[in-house]
Amino acid sequence: MIEPKENEFLKAKKIETGTVIDHVPKGVALKVLRVLGIEDDFPGTVTVLMNVPSSHYGFKDIIKIEGRILQKKEIAKMALLAPAATVNTIKNYTVVDKYVVQVPSLLEGVVACPNPNCITRLEGTARLLVENASPVTLRCAYCEKVYGEKDLTY
Amino acid sequence: MDLITTRTLSKAFIEDILKKAESYEKAARDKKNLTVLKGKTLATLFFEPSTRTQMSFQAAMLRLGGTYLGFSNPKTTSSAKGETLADTIRVVEGYADAIVMRHSVEGAPARAAELTDLPVINAGDGSNQHPSQALLDLFTIRKEKGKIDGQTILLAGDLKYGRTVHSLMYALSHYDVDIQLFSPPSLKMPESIVNDIKDRVSVTETSDFGDADVVYATRVQRERFADPEEYQKSLYTIDESMLAKIKTDAIILHPLPRVKEIAPEVDADPRAKYFEQSFYGVPTRMAILDTLLGGSSE
Repeated sequence: MIEPKENEFLKAKKIETGTVIDHVPKGVALKVLRVLGIEDDFPGTVTVLMNVPSSHYGFKDIIKIEGRILQKKEIAKMALLAPAATVNTIKNYTVVDKYVVQVPSLLEGVVACPNPNCITRLEGTARLLVENASPVTLRCAYCEKVYGEKDLTY
Repeated sequence: MDLITTRTLSKAFIEDILKKAESYEKAARDKKNLTVLKGKTLATLFFEPSTRTQMSFQAAMLRLGGTYLGFSNPKTTSSAKGETLADTIRVVEGYADAIVMRHSVEGAPARAAELTDLPVINAGDGSNQHPSQALLDLFTIRKEKGKIDGQTILLAGDLKYGRTVHSLMYALSHYDVDIQLFSPPSLKMPESIVNDIKDRVSVTETSDFGDADVVYATRVQRERFADPEEYQKSLYTIDESMLAKIKTDAIILHPLPRVKEIAPEVDADPRAKYFEQSFYGVPTRMAILDTLLGGSSE
């Protein structure tokens, strides 16, 4: 059997309107979907390609979401899991916007501070300063505790 | 300007406070009232109990000619009725020129500081920071040892949850010192704090008190242990036998209150400086209030 090339996969799964997230680290796609709040009640078609051979990364995951354009805050949240991902916005089967995700320097109201005794768990908005993008190191602007991506609850 | 954390303080700011504290020491010792902050009011909001910190801020404000108002029992305030910190701050803003706040919730003073233009001083927030204590600790070391540079400073006790040692770590990192850490395995200094300062200052773990020029003891709290046996095993006491192992010209400090970390018999030893340290809280806090409230030094 001849393995299909990566772009053949993409052609086969073309979507009319929505988002294609490429260069997601291998094995992280399902977590990205959870972070984006895409559950079993999501009305559109979601295609997840895992362990796709990649010339840059060895293997990668790809996610195609029909009928959903990602908002900036969602992308910031996703960036913590997939800091090198590419987000393609599709309209009428055409890529109308494409950019490489960047971990922002500040996550404001994106994720909660993991410290249960932080003031932002009671009032105000969580503000996590990104001290290192990869691996992600965050410091709460209020309680000053330092966390990694694995400490976060999305 | 606020004083929320020592993590972001500059050495110039610290030195300015220490210099001012020196200039206020005589007034504090002679119990003389100045007029530097005449007409100014300090709000002391203690959402958590305090003896020394609250009283020394109040004493400092009175020595500078100002007044204070506030509470030390949050049960008698609207916060007990569920008032948000934001609302409390907005109300207090109308009554005072600066706010000193202690809170069990970490980051509460930082949040208060962004809600008001008044200077906010963190007088302890949970297990995070206690910056004015660190400044008075530095002042004590300078006064009692002559200088901060060149000292080996041993921090002992609950280094994980102890806010005074967290603040002191950052404050000391501006000086040429060796920091030694002594704690039960479950109460070690957070790695993030060591990582923040390790490029500037030497930090090592030790079980030997013999090299220290400054022994800084802190409390090991029972509530940090699920297992009472583990708590008992984690206790340490500086007593006469321990004193024999500490340098003859060292000083012993403690932010107080102490429980069993320092035996009462140590009080008479000339190395015991924790009550003097407690006094230095007044001139140091006079310096802080003067700086933040914009008084003109007398």
